[in-house]
Amino acid sequence: MVNGINLALQFLDSFAFIVLAAAGLAIIFGIMGVINLAHGEFILIGAYTSTLSVTHLGIPLAVAIPIGGVVTALFGILTERVIISGAVPNYVSQRTLDRDIIEPLYDRLADSMVATFGLSLILTQGTRIAFGNSIDGLSTPFGPIEYGAFSYSTYRIVLAAVSIGLLVATYYLFTRTEFGMRARATIQDKETARAMGVDTERMYMLTFGIGSGLAGLTGALFAPVITMRPTLGDQFLVESFVAVVVGGPSVVLGTALSGGVLGAILAVFSNLYGTFIGRIALLVAALIALRFLPDGITGFIEQLRKRRQESE
Amino acid sequence: MSRPSVSRRQFLGASGAALVAGLAGCSAGEGGTSTDTASSAETLKIGVLEDQSGNFALVGDPKAKASMLAIEEINANGGIDGMQIETFQRDPQSDNQRYQELTRTAINEENVDALWAGYSSATREAIRPIIDRNEQLYFYTTQYEGGVCDEFTFAVGPTARQQLGIVLPYLVEEFGPDIYTIAADYNFGQLSADWVKVLANENDANVLGEEFIPLSESSFGSTINRIQEADPDFVMSMLVGANHTSFYEQKASAGLDVPIGTSTAMAQGYEHRRLDAPAMANIYAGVNYMEEVPTDSNTGDGGFVDRYFEKYPDAPYLNEEAETNYFSTYMYKKAVEQAGTTEQPEVIDALESGIELGTEEAPEAPEGETIRLDGATHHVDHHMWIMRADEEHNVEAVENRQIPETFLSETAGCNLPENPEQTQYTPVDYYEEAE
Repeated sequence: MVNGINLALQFLDSFAFIVLAAAGLAIIFGIMGVINLAHGEFILIGAYTSTLSVTHLGIPLAVAIPIGGVVTALFGILTERVIISGAVPNYVSQRTLDRDIIEPLYDRLADSMVATFGLSLILTQGTRIAFGNSIDGLSTPFGPIEYGAFSYSTYRIVLAAVSIGLLVATYYLFTRTEFGMRARATIQDKETARAMGVDTERMYMLTFGIGSGLAGLTGALFAPVITMRPTLGDQFLVESFVAVVVGGPSVVLGTALSGGVLGAILAVFSNLYGTFIGRIALLVAALIALRFLPDGITGFIEQLRKRRQESE
Repeated sequence: MSRPSVSRRQFLGASGAALVAGLAGCSAGEGGTSTDTASSAETLKIGVLEDQSGNFALVGDPKAKASMLAIEEINANGGIDGMQIETFQRDPQSDNQRYQELTRTAINEENVDALWAGYSSATREAIRPIIDRNEQLYFYTTQYEGGVCDEFTFAVGPTARQQLGIVLPYLVEEFGPDIYTIAADYNFGQLSADWVKVLANENDANVLGEEFIPLSESSFGSTINRIQEADPDFVMSMLVGANHTSFYEQKASAGLDVPIGTSTAMAQGYEHRRLDAPAMANIYAGVNYMEEVPTDSNTGDGGFVDRYFEKYPDAPYLNEEAETNYFSTYMYKKAVEQAGTTEQPEVIDALESGIELGTEEAPEAPEGETIRLDGATHHVDHHMWIMRADEEHNVEAVENRQIPETFLSETAGCNLPENPEQTQYTPVDYYEEAE
């Protein structure tokens, strides 16, 4: 028997997980054409930073979570400067060798993946060496809410609310602010944007920082409900990549819609038939979406819109 | 809102390629330390392949450390029959392909006299054909689903029947007959769940429901709801691995406070130390060993725990499998001394004569008790404990007794000295309720 409240809570839970897992990846891929295979390790940085802030520095969790996001954003900016854009190594080589040694990785899919995959290996093993195979975890705040024979963790509902808030904030940032306008101008036509006085280098750097920050925030938010270990980023990878593929070209709308669709499928099937079938249903849905909506949900919407415009 | 200059097809193709590259990357590289030098007449060589990185590092690392501790102690006390032990130790990185390569190296190039290798059952099954083909004496030291009847393999960890066999009857007695099973969705979890059904039947209990959970899953919302809906007297949990550890935190925060019996939690991955209390409150682990087992030779002055942390001050925990690595090294020592040679067929004969260890070598056994290697099945009659964690995650022993491994000897009729074979028996072949 399916309990309606169970189903609704399960949906919110899956939705939050998918949206939070995918948001950072979607922004960096959608805007910079860089596939960040170290996405899971950025989540790891956020999770470890917030957990260690609580256990070692005694900072309250509510403060430690944003710290996790900020630290990861800073690390993201560092990564962008050193590896993605190569600005730092090029600065050094300009002065010593009189030439650039690194070509920026923007829109170089395969190259960006190799570079970030290498980074992910370094981060995972580095974490293992520095902190061991596991660090002490935090307990989940807020306790349960009860309804009938059932109960559910309040924190998981808070996570859902936060994920919606983040989506709205990201949408606002990229569509309603001057920063967003410049960022979108950079994506659409880098040369023209430059000519109009947009510092495109800076745009890329900040976008990567924001994407990384979102990944770090995801890790920090989930830190109290998952196990702290060097490979914790892996558990987000499937959902995040599937969500980006199913979502399509529009970053925020795509993430929201794929979070909704995939979250609903995951919730219904895992509630009716168990976790295992839920997983299979999620992947089958992704397969079907790829076959029939090769440009993702938002690509399909755009096609519809175009067709309507043409027929008018 | 944006128009990426890269198509999603490219994204997909590239992601696929990266995944393949990632998998390939995992099997590359060399790790671990080694003290191997050329063999001489006064030495013998032991192979130790345990995971110190990758997925099973958390549980595999203490195994490697405990093996090295036993070897160091034996060498310091004059070795085995005057022979110093050399080691071939490598880190297979939780990768079965790497295990196969290193097993071949250990046998063919290093000529090890005995091999200890592997955490997971999948690893054991990946290397067992190589072991059997080369007639290599092999110790598998993880707790496992049971049933391996193999002339060259000594599966000296406790089996599911032994672990569940101590904890399940106790929980039926304490809390009632209605059981809900959650288990990892692979060989070990499926067979363990079958054992729960067999033991439930033997103890007049019934299994209300069972759910098998993929190893990659780390969200347990629907599982928790399902348990609440079934409303059992207790849950049997055979969850495995770091992703599944999240279950305990999540059930605590969801307010699920049903007692839980387990063969996998606490003793291997020390969840009661890593998770914040009270996530593991009211969890009963059926184990042969964990750091808190209150025998004198374990927690007493200069005991096993003291010696381990003296050698490894930064080690986080001394787990169940570590003790099995430790005592089985001494088991091997006794067998070589009895055989008077390191020739493997003769050492196997000596092991099959039934070696007994007291509390000094096997800290799981209390003062005056022993554990015994059953020569017919190559399994150990362990001294089993029920260890319970309270609200503050303090662990106490609530019951202990010796439990022989009866499935192979009595049910399946495994008798290796009489009838050498290389089989794994499963409960489904012998019990209706396991079907």
